[in-house]
Amino acid sequence: MGFVSRGFRGKRRDTASSSRVPPGQHVVNDFPVLSAGPTPRVPLSEWTLSIVGEVDEPKRWTWEEFRRLPSESFTVDIHCVTKWSKLDTLWTGVSLDTILEQVETGAEYAVAYSDGGYTTNLPVDDLTGHKAWVAFEYDGQPLDPEHGGPARLLVPHLYLWKSAKWVRGISLQNEDEPGFWESNGYHLRGDPWREQRYWGD
Amino acid sequence: MARAAVLGRLTWQLGEVAEVIRETSRVSSLVLDVPGWPGHLAGQHVDIRLTAEDGYQAQRSYSIASPPESPLVTLTVERLEDGEVSPYLVGEVRAGDRVEVRGPIGGYFVWRAGEERPLLLVAGGSGIVPLMAMIRHHAAAGATAPVRLLYSSRSIEDVIYKDELGRLSAADKRLTVAHTLTRSQPPGWDGYGRRIDGEMVAEVAWPKKDTPAVFICGPTAFVETASDLLVELGYDAAWIRTERFGATGG
Repeated sequence: MGFVSRGFRGKRRDTASSSRVPPGQHVVNDFPVLSAGPTPRVPLSEWTLSIVGEVDEPKRWTWEEFRRLPSESFTVDIHCVTKWSKLDTLWTGVSLDTILEQVETGAEYAVAYSDGGYTTNLPVDDLTGHKAWVAFEYDGQPLDPEHGGPARLLVPHLYLWKSAKWVRGISLQNEDEPGFWESNGYHLRGDPWREQRYWGD
Repeated sequence: MARAAVLGRLTWQLGEVAEVIRETSRVSSLVLDVPGWPGHLAGQHVDIRLTAEDGYQAQRSYSIASPPESPLVTLTVERLEDGEVSPYLVGEVRAGDRVEVRGPIGGYFVWRAGEERPLLLVAGGSGIVPLMAMIRHHAAAGATAPVRLLYSSRSIEDVIYKDELGRLSAADKRLTVAHTLTRSQPPGWDGYGRRIDGEMVAEVAWPKKDTPAVFICGPTAFVETASDLLVELGYDAAWIRTERFGATGG
């Protein structure tokens, strides 16, 4: 018999969506904001997106060039390590497949880096296969700065700290190098379905 | 970095509620005795897991209010009206109950008493909790860094730790506390009586030449405003660490 919290009943979620909610998460309807410092604000005229590191030739797009890349709208569920999940969120962005096919690389790991100095590490396999985007619209509107605008990484199958806000580039690497939260106690990969929140999970 | 305090596997532990302290009408502190607690840093948080009789579980994160010097782990929790976990923790839980805890967590939003830079703490509502761990740490360690706290609450009845903050700032001239009450002010109130703004921040904050360490915690809109104002004041973004509460901490 496991531990029971005396007098706790909880609010049951509806069963239709419960299979979409990873362990330890609960569904919210608003869109909470989490970031480690002030919200950076970079004019679009100065914004670029770069692919650097273990590539034959680094690649860089201005905002206008980036927006000319083929983009798509998609609806996904997102999961934050602080326990909230948000279902059926609508985004528009450029698939990482589209971005990465423009460079030659044998790298297996990536570090996404952002304005403000934030970094997060991911295996390249988590960025390819049509499951990661650089998103620039949320719910049909330009992405708010506090949610990562003008553009953020979106990797919805991992905890949301992997979806670097204010992303400015991806460094491809031969070794997995912990990013900001990964150096501060959080899991290297962060799969919500395996509840990989912290080191050792 | 706080690696030492978070290294290794974080396992669920059973803590016993030693005491429940009513802080305001909506806020209580739970003082937990967690056997084998590894210690924590000021500013870290824990995860709490509740389990119903049928096995249903809910988890939330809460900031630690007690300083590293305390062997007990104090969590200060605000009851959210439509919440799932907070109404249980603030209302149902009493001394002698047990709660599952995992932590401490987080190695970035932390302050150590050895740091000598002037400290600026900016709190909105229950965002005071992790900052209180820093203030208590400062007092317990006899730290030399000067500290300024700007603390925004709705009314005087909503000010968490009001008496303790008054005592600590009276006892140590290195700690200055500035309150602002945004909705209502009692007769004779001599603090601020409005939402945080540029003039207030310029009056309370350290001059930028002092290169202070800054911790801001509160609801999202509050943290956005406070951090933007400090950047406008010329603060380097790298000095500013933030922690934000959504409306749905539950």
